[in-house]
Amino acid sequence: MAPLAPRTGDAVFANVERVNAELFTLTYGAIVRQLLTDLEEVEEVNKQLDQMGYNIGVRLIDEFLAKSGVSSCVDFRETADVIAKVGFKMFLGVTASVTNWDAEGTSCSLVLDDNPLVDFVELPDTCQGLYYCNILSGVIRGALEMVSMKTEVTWIRDMLHGDDAYELRVKLLKQVPEEYPYKDDE
Amino acid sequence: MGREVAESCVDGVIMEMVSAYCNRFYSSKPELAARRIEAIGFQVGHQLSERYTMERPRFSDHLEAIKFICKDFWSELFKKQIDNLKTNHRGTFVLQDNQFRWLTHISIDASPDNVEASQQDSSSPTSNNAAQFTSMHLYFPCGIIRGALTNLGIPCAVSADISNLPACSFVVRIKA
Repeated sequence: MAPLAPRTGDAVFANVERVNAELFTLTYGAIVRQLLTDLEEVEEVNKQLDQMGYNIGVRLIDEFLAKSGVSSCVDFRETADVIAKVGFKMFLGVTASVTNWDAEGTSCSLVLDDNPLVDFVELPDTCQGLYYCNILSGVIRGALEMVSMKTEVTWIRDMLHGDDAYELRVKLLKQVPEEYPYKDDE
Repeated sequence: MGREVAESCVDGVIMEMVSAYCNRFYSSKPELAARRIEAIGFQVGHQLSERYTMERPRFSDHLEAIKFICKDFWSELFKKQIDNLKTNHRGTFVLQDNQFRWLTHISIDASPDNVEASQQDSSSPTSNNAAQFTSMHLYFPCGIIRGALTNLGIPCAVSADISNLPACSFVVRIKA
């Protein structure tokens, strides 16, 4: 398959400032743990993680566009591929695969086999309703909103709950067309 | 070198965590927010120092442990060592990083606009906010250092001094 982006995920990741993943993983783990203590309700923790992710996504999109050299995607299919192959790689150092497209091409799954957020993590029984990685869905939603795509992002599979992979369902709800000074060929 | 992630991931979660605690959860109780942020740092420092010292002999004295924090530990986190270490030989150590990374990253966001605003408005509540925001960010690394030393068997109190930005000094007072 021809590369979809001007730079591959590997090339972009090799050029960003990187840090030891343990610091990231343990920091995120400590945050989730403290939130569970302070907010008490697992539902509320899910909500706050999503909100934190959203705020991060809103900021990360600029860095992503600047460093990846990605410009407008022709359709949502290309957008999903870019997130999976360049976005995930550039920030987390892993790639996702894109599967399970619906007929309209507006909803698909991002599947992660490897996820640095969960190294060293085991959920106690009291946290069964927790979407530990909910920050990720927030990041995707926030970043896409900045490029005019309203999405809904939900967890389908979660290895911390015994599934065989992490699967995020990304559904395009509404696309606000960007205005160009010219009209695409017709 | 083991697994790596982009630095912006770490910057992003720390910045969001601080802002969630200061602006959303405990907006009217900054001292509570500070304590929670410090606790998160403590947990991280405790676990990291456990991992980084697994294959080492125990430190023979406080100075050895502090040197470990200045060199190996700091290098793992920031790819550089602490630039200057001072002590009064009575249990107080000052660890100075001349260009503390987490401060140079957040100050870009927090201060320039606010500094200008404060020049126009002498009551300068915004500049106070910026200073408070910066100090809130420092509870996290202070907690990391306290957690790391506590794990090495050294109970202490850690505070930060930023009177010489972008340098940052961490003052460690070992409890007798």
